[in-house]
Amino acid sequence: MKVLVPVKRVIDYNVRPRVKADGSGVDLANVKMSMNPFDEIAVEEAIRLREKGVATEIVAVSIGPAKAAETLRTALAMGADRAILVETPEEIGSAVEPLAVAKLLKAIWDEERPGLVVMGKQAIDDDSNQTGQMLAALTGRPQGTFASKVEVAGDHVTVTREVDGGLETVKLALPAIVTTDLRLNEPRYASLPNIMKAKSKPLAVRSPADYGVDIAPRLKVLRVAEPPVRQAGVMVGSVDELVSKLKTLGAVA
Amino acid sequence: MTAPGNVLVWAEHEGGAIKDPTLAAVTAAAKLGAVHVLVAGEPGEAQAAAAAAAKIAGVDKVLLAADAAYAHALPENVAPLAARLMAGYDAFVAAATTTGKNVAPRVAALLDVMQLSEVIGIEGEGSDRRFLRPIYAGNAIATVESSDATLVLTVRGTAFGKAAAEGGSAAIEEVSGPGDAGLSSFVSLDASKSERPELTSAAIVVSGGRALKDAATFEQVIVPLADKLGAAIGASRAAVDAGYISNDYQVGQTGKIVAPDLYIAIGISGAIQHLAGMKDAKVIVAINKDPDAPIFQIADVGLVGDLFALVPELTGKL
Repeated sequence: MKVLVPVKRVIDYNVRPRVKADGSGVDLANVKMSMNPFDEIAVEEAIRLREKGVATEIVAVSIGPAKAAETLRTALAMGADRAILVETPEEIGSAVEPLAVAKLLKAIWDEERPGLVVMGKQAIDDDSNQTGQMLAALTGRPQGTFASKVEVAGDHVTVTREVDGGLETVKLALPAIVTTDLRLNEPRYASLPNIMKAKSKPLAVRSPADYGVDIAPRLKVLRVAEPPVRQAGVMVGSVDELVSKLKTLGAVA
Repeated sequence: MTAPGNVLVWAEHEGGAIKDPTLAAVTAAAKLGAVHVLVAGEPGEAQAAAAAAAKIAGVDKVLLAADAAYAHALPENVAPLAARLMAGYDAFVAAATTTGKNVAPRVAALLDVMQLSEVIGIEGEGSDRRFLRPIYAGNAIATVESSDATLVLTVRGTAFGKAAAEGGSAAIEEVSGPGDAGLSSFVSLDASKSERPELTSAAIVVSGGRALKDAATFEQVIVPLADKLGAAIGASRAAVDAGYISNDYQVGQTGKIVAPDLYIAIGISGAIQHLAGMKDAKVIVAINKDPDAPIFQIADVGLVGDLFALVPELTGKL
């Protein structure tokens, strides 16, 4: 079974994002970029499926600027077999909206006919949490979102989902789309020999126009601002002071 | 979109009652136009939930789709139903819960609409309408407008007040949809049972971090204080990852977003991702042994010291 793994190049999760002074967005100049952490988990899951003999080929896909090729090389170094970069114009870069990404992935789905798509539940830059669900809608296939456990058996995949009230398990007909949550697995680090080997793995570069998909944004970002800053309050020296302060604030009776 | 329009709110319900995040979604939807509520579920439970939805203040009409296919909110079955009904509406609104986030984007894609996720504010009217949503784990707030003819949004419950559960008397209209798509089935729900208030709607939350050492210590220290205050229990991602408590207690950008009247952070350093989940609490109390912990920069009241001594003392004195 072929497994398709979409990955996104985003600001490294250890970097604190800074809003640009002109309010036009978050400053990404000279900022460390990495693979979206949820997508790393997706790549890892695909590799584990191959190690179990379920997956036969892992195709990593990224939709973004030319530099997203680095993210794909990371996926290849982890263990993906080949990669497809759908390169977006410089002015759009990584800001392709989930709906457009889902349409491009649908076009790639039609070409590649994967048995399973494993992808991050959301990207940590725009936090949309939409693309997997949208791809499932466009392909007319079932979705197992926020997965903490994935088991493929025969023509079904059983997905345990992290939901607000606990853990929900659903059974989905293959092919299906699975989106990963944090506790699905711990991604491996690429070894140096595998990083070297990844350089010679195939990486195809395409454009959105190749797939006939219009990536013009539907949403217009008018302004990006820092969130309201909370003022630090007072430090107290004892539990008694804490209790009396809480009573003054009306926080406890 | 021309204002005022008609808005369809997709309701989450359990045991015949409408869940709190949906009541907040009704409040948000009322800013966009006349509110209709879609209650889909298995026969029996769905009728009871529809009757409850009809009583919500500000709801003009309830659409009831009673079909076993709509139990457990399977998106493969619910999204086509909602998308078909959207022919008569200008906006679709769902709560930004794990259930709402599962269903709404599927509806959006079927309608060829770009969804607005986790909306925390709605400003302006008609073509000048703007939506506020957090990005980068709440480190930035984007103000966005949509060019789509139909809007699809998920709204963060803590950002909008809950509509009154009583006071309305909406008509209930039965609708039907495509039913079971035959793609997915519900297997089980391993629900975390708790006598406590639900984390996302509790008035008081007592939350523990990695400093609690292990699961037994977490329980010994956090539970008595939570019991005393009638509070929900929360945890940082570090505490969850370390196995002190299960993941549905996690407060943060990747867990639950809470905005209680009182949030007590115990042994939590205050990583950005945690702060994104609780910084809208009215009063934040932090107890931590590290005076430089970032949590103190946003806490209303801070106490530096050994939590294993301070927390039992606090429990005794409240």
